[in-house]
Amino acid sequence: MHLTLEFGGGLELLCKSVKIHEVDVDTKSGEDKLTMKDLLSWIQANVIKERPEMFMKGDSVRPGVLVLVNDCDWELSGNLDTTLEEKDVVVFISTLHGG
Amino acid sequence: MDSTNIPDTFDGIISEIEELKAQKQVLEDRIRLLQAQMEETTSNLTEGDFVGNGSCCPLVRPGNAVVDNGLTPEMIYRYSRHLLLPDFGVEGQLKLSESSILVVGAGGLGSPVALYLAACGAGCIGIVDNDIVEINNLHRQIIHKETFVGQSKVKSAADACRLINSLVKLVEHNEALSPTNALGIVSKYDIVVDATDNLPSRYMISDCCVLLDKPLVSGAALGLEGQLTVYHHNGGPCYRCLFPTPPPTAACQRCSDSGVLGVVPGVIGCLQALEAIKIASAIGEPLSERMLIFDAMSSRIRTVKIRGKSAQCIACGENAMITKQSFQCFDYEKFTQSPMSDKGRPKLGLIPESAEN
Ligand SMILES: [Zn+2]
Repeated sequence: MHLTLEFGGGLELLCKSVKIHEVDVDTKSGEDKLTMKDLLSWIQANVIKERPEMFMKGDSVRPGVLVLVNDCDWELSGNLDTTLEEKDVVVFISTLHGG
Repeated sequence: MDSTNIPDTFDGIISEIEELKAQKQVLEDRIRLLQAQMEETTSNLTEGDFVGNGSCCPLVRPGNAVVDNGLTPEMIYRYSRHLLLPDFGVEGQLKLSESSILVVGAGGLGSPVALYLAACGAGCIGIVDNDIVEINNLHRQIIHKETFVGQSKVKSAADACRLINSLVKLVEHNEALSPTNALGIVSKYDIVVDATDNLPSRYMISDCCVLLDKPLVSGAALGLEGQLTVYHHNGGPCYRCLFPTPPPTAACQRCSDSGVLGVVPGVIGCLQALEAIKIASAIGEPLSERMLIFDAMSSRIRTVKIRGKSAQCIACGENAMITKQSFQCFDYEKFTQSPMSDKGRPKLGLIPESAEN
């Protein structure tokens, strides 16, 4: 499944300062769908290069990270259970506090 | 000037023609404005209801007498380009001039917020900050001038606003906003703009706005990115609905230790001023339940849909636990494991001490 992943608000520093990643993620054998839960573990294994604790906490993202699936907060689509589709855009943004 | 007396030099004639043309332009502008004004008054004789109680607003404005629609001739002239806007017009200007807006932080975000609110004619602007102006602030905190280095940011910012617009009432709160003074200060205003630079203040200001039922225009900037949203407005979420648990301390960077390109907070601050003006004048769609994300490097602005109010939120949910009493004792620095002020923090050490200050 082809997905576009974007990291912002400093999270890109965890993946070699690359903000946009075009990726192909295999769905689990015997299943034809991919959930956000699956994607997070895939990202942790394949995209995050350092300080994984700055991205994940438990089986979800750490506090202070907003997850957007096609420009919409994942809380509105089922959080970890959100089902992804071909060509979806998933954005991970760390909230900023500076001014 | 005597109209029969013709200048005796060619240059004199040219310059008088230019001068008269300029005067004619002023008169024509004025006529157009008055005509637009006449249409407005005849089509809209009833005044709209105001956003706020205007507790900070002078009821009698300085200058000329109040005309029928509530704007003085001086205001009509000054804000003429606002009044010509069909979506804003006299009603929008009037509501803005009756509103009182609190800007928390006179730094990179607060600078354009205060400047634009003053220029555009907010009724009353309160500014809270306890910092002093430093030379290394000036690349982004454009409200301050070199001559104010070493002096209070609030005083510097308020003076800059007064120089732009003497019709606006400026209130200087030369202190850090804290749980003990926040309720008292915020309660005097209709709208709050969070232009602070740290996490504990963001939680505190949001909680305070929920307790006092004030809309909160929240902006943040760091490095080459910025974020903007409106909290606790039109039934939308508060800061805690979005971020019930604070992030780890390592994720709480500040401009003072991570750097920021001067214009980035400027862009977000301008947008905060715009959202505050929209709320004050009750026009358009405020950025509630949405967040604007600005990426300067790629010149991209995306606006995303964010969750609504959370029923479980401890500040604004069905069983909210934060009360005015508990708020005043809440330790926001402990909660976020992060300081409200960066005073006393170690020096950056980028360059030798002698060059830094
Ligand atoms: Zn809430």
